[in-house]
Amino acid sequence: MLLKLLIAGSGGQGVLTIGNVLGNAAMLDNFHVTYLPSYGAAMRGGTANCTICISDEEVASPVASTPDILVAMNQPSLMTFITRLEAGGQLLYNMDLVDSVPERHDVDIFGAPVNRVGRELGSERGANMVMLGSLVKLIKIIKIETVMQSIEMMMGSKKKLAESSLKALQAGYDGFPFEK
Amino acid sequence: MKLKNPWPKYYKKDVVTHYCPGCGHGIVHRIVAEVLEELDLGKRAICVNPAGCAVLAYLYFDFDVIESAHGRGTAIATGVKRSRPDLFVFTYQGDGDLSAIGTAETIHSANRGENICVIFINNAVYGMTGGQLAPTTLLEMKTTTTPLGRDPKYDGYPLHITDVVAQFPGVVYAERVAVDGPAGIRKTKKAITTAFQTQVDGLGYSIIEVLSPCPTNWKLSPVDSFKWVTDVMMKEFPTGVLTDKRKKV
Amino acid sequence: MNKIFISGNHAFAESAIRAGCRCYFGYPITPQNELGEYMADHMRREGRVFIQSESETAAINMVIGAAATGSRVMTSSSSPGVSLKQEGISFLAGFELPAVIVNVMRGGPGLGNIAPAQGDYFQATRGGGHGDYRTPVFAPASVQEIADLTYHAFDVADRYRTPVMMLSDGMMGQMKEPVVFPERIAELPAKEWALGGRGDGPSRYLCSLILDAMEMERHNWKLVRKYNEIEKNEIRFEEYMTDDAEIIVIAYGTTARIAKGAIKRVRKDGVRAGMIRPITLWPFPKQVLNDLASRVKTFVVFEMSTGQMLEDVQIALEGKADIIFHGRPGGVVPTPVEFARIIYREYQKTAKS
Repeated sequence: MLLKLLIAGSGGQGVLTIGNVLGNAAMLDNFHVTYLPSYGAAMRGGTANCTICISDEEVASPVASTPDILVAMNQPSLMTFITRLEAGGQLLYNMDLVDSVPERHDVDIFGAPVNRVGRELGSERGANMVMLGSLVKLIKIIKIETVMQSIEMMMGSKKKLAESSLKALQAGYDGFPFEK
Repeated sequence: MKLKNPWPKYYKKDVVTHYCPGCGHGIVHRIVAEVLEELDLGKRAICVNPAGCAVLAYLYFDFDVIESAHGRGTAIATGVKRSRPDLFVFTYQGDGDLSAIGTAETIHSANRGENICVIFINNAVYGMTGGQLAPTTLLEMKTTTTPLGRDPKYDGYPLHITDVVAQFPGVVYAERVAVDGPAGIRKTKKAITTAFQTQVDGLGYSIIEVLSPCPTNWKLSPVDSFKWVTDVMMKEFPTGVLTDKRKKV
Repeated sequence: MNKIFISGNHAFAESAIRAGCRCYFGYPITPQNELGEYMADHMRREGRVFIQSESETAAINMVIGAAATGSRVMTSSSSPGVSLKQEGISFLAGFELPAVIVNVMRGGPGLGNIAPAQGDYFQATRGGGHGDYRTPVFAPASVQEIADLTYHAFDVADRYRTPVMMLSDGMMGQMKEPVVFPERIAELPAKEWALGGRGDGPSRYLCSLILDAMEMERHNWKLVRKYNEIEKNEIRFEEYMTDDAEIIVIAYGTTARIAKGAIKRVRKDGVRAGMIRPITLWPFPKQVLNDLASRVKTFVVFEMSTGQMLEDVQIALEGKADIIFHGRPGGVVPTPVEFARIIYREYQKTAKS
């Protein structure tokens, strides 16, 4: 089994945090896992993306030229990466910041209103964790409890952030699949 | 006349100098050895040598010495002092080493206020390589690479690097002295003593610029060289304390 | 087992701290900035030394100073910055001072780019700076191996009193993987030769200037004897499915892990491919390649360069076998599918003839 995920958005949307938390959780569930961020000039307002490869054997390349799953947090990142998504793959996009999804009949397409859900929970800044919750429900191979543990490991020192993140994660998990 | 200290403890015996007749290095070497003895620092001293004539100072210095690549003295001294703050660390550098190729290291070690001492020998010329233009070469002075004399429009001006670093908050003590005669030599020893004590007291960076004769490359006799330091060099590089922040630190 | 999900850059730093590194000096350059940042945080908190120097040149000279006092010391940079350090590395070799230098390679020449590349192989394995010297070079292929080899590099540096190079790339530096770190070293033996003030003993000096040609020659031969010892004792490589292999891939670091993926693919179709992955690039595992060449006639070299390790393979094989080179320079990361295609292609040729 080898699952390659590409998570993309703009800097500040917490895209790299999604990847980090998920990668760490995959490790806790004893998978072989790599996480590779886009690096260099990426900063708030610019583009940001990361690739996570989860496998039950050694991961050869942490690069995903053609990912199995694309998570798009906004319209520009969806447009940039949709053509790279493997045929038969899955797209999960942010319904609040994506107006139009290009037609691709060879992939499964899911939307999640992560900004709205985040806002209803108190802050849109939790949108990334809502997305992660939905993603975990979609890919199934990693337990939600492990992702929660991963959040506590990585944000444990910031109690409030960890708490709100866990809530957002749960909401994204419970809400998925969302109605279009 | 009886010498107070005929042979300093930390100066090697039975060695023949490689320095030219009338060179200032030997004088400053002896001063360094005397001050290390008087302040009881010889056992824990580490000197960082330059590339240049004084690269061979370890032939005379009877305390621990490490050589440096050209210009990198204060970076090496930083590494030594930071890893072993209990050691007494100083660099011994020439004008090419300190104010040409090593300018960045000089500026930044001074700006970090490293607790080290810098002894800066200014003889207005590259000695070891045979008398080329140095940043400190005086205007109109002839060198092998300014055969018609230093032309400011072509070669720029004499660089006063000690005056530059003296302005930094991290530079606690800076003084320019000259080994141009007995009085100058006594002042030089006093200045080096002050600088060494500054480090011992943990106050920070000090630099002593020593105007020093180079008869061979100046093409003057030893006696005329000493006179030239007083009469010519000191006009461009006036001696005196450039900064003293010891009370403020 | 305490697994940590950590990036290569952080793993270099954490492993160095665990190996007893007392001082770190460096200058920012992408893609290895996280290494220095980790050091800034952890070294200072532990009362160890971190300095952001004014240049890579200054950093490597601070390394010289700290190494001279016997401290374990590290610096890191990426390609252009490592070029700047070469003068200092030559001095470390001449002084016979131990230090660990990390190169997280990027595309070049010149400023190049910040993408992963393997174009500094020649520089790392041939000495890099001026003069007759070598540096042991370790090429990790996973973040776990970054942790293990960095730890080991400090031992090698101390044992042979030599600078040691860790040769990695932007992908290895940025990538996170699960890592189990080696134990922290509490205390290290004192180094007899270190400068620490003469005390009541004789004064000592560290110099690389040896004006007498005969004496300089003696020093050079002394270094060679040391390098011979390193070649005898320190060669490391991984053998992967070579037992029945009819085609052997040679690759290191990032390219090796991609090649491994390619070999797994082609094996499924019955292509008997294997790999030798040099872990030390100098000393290079010549003998194992030469031995294999008595049986295997096709060797494929993969690099993210235009062919540098290739020359070591040519030297090792002594013309006994065919060598096919496939390189992707400039920051392009090849894919397992791409490598698999090359292996298939070359395998078909051997089957035909």
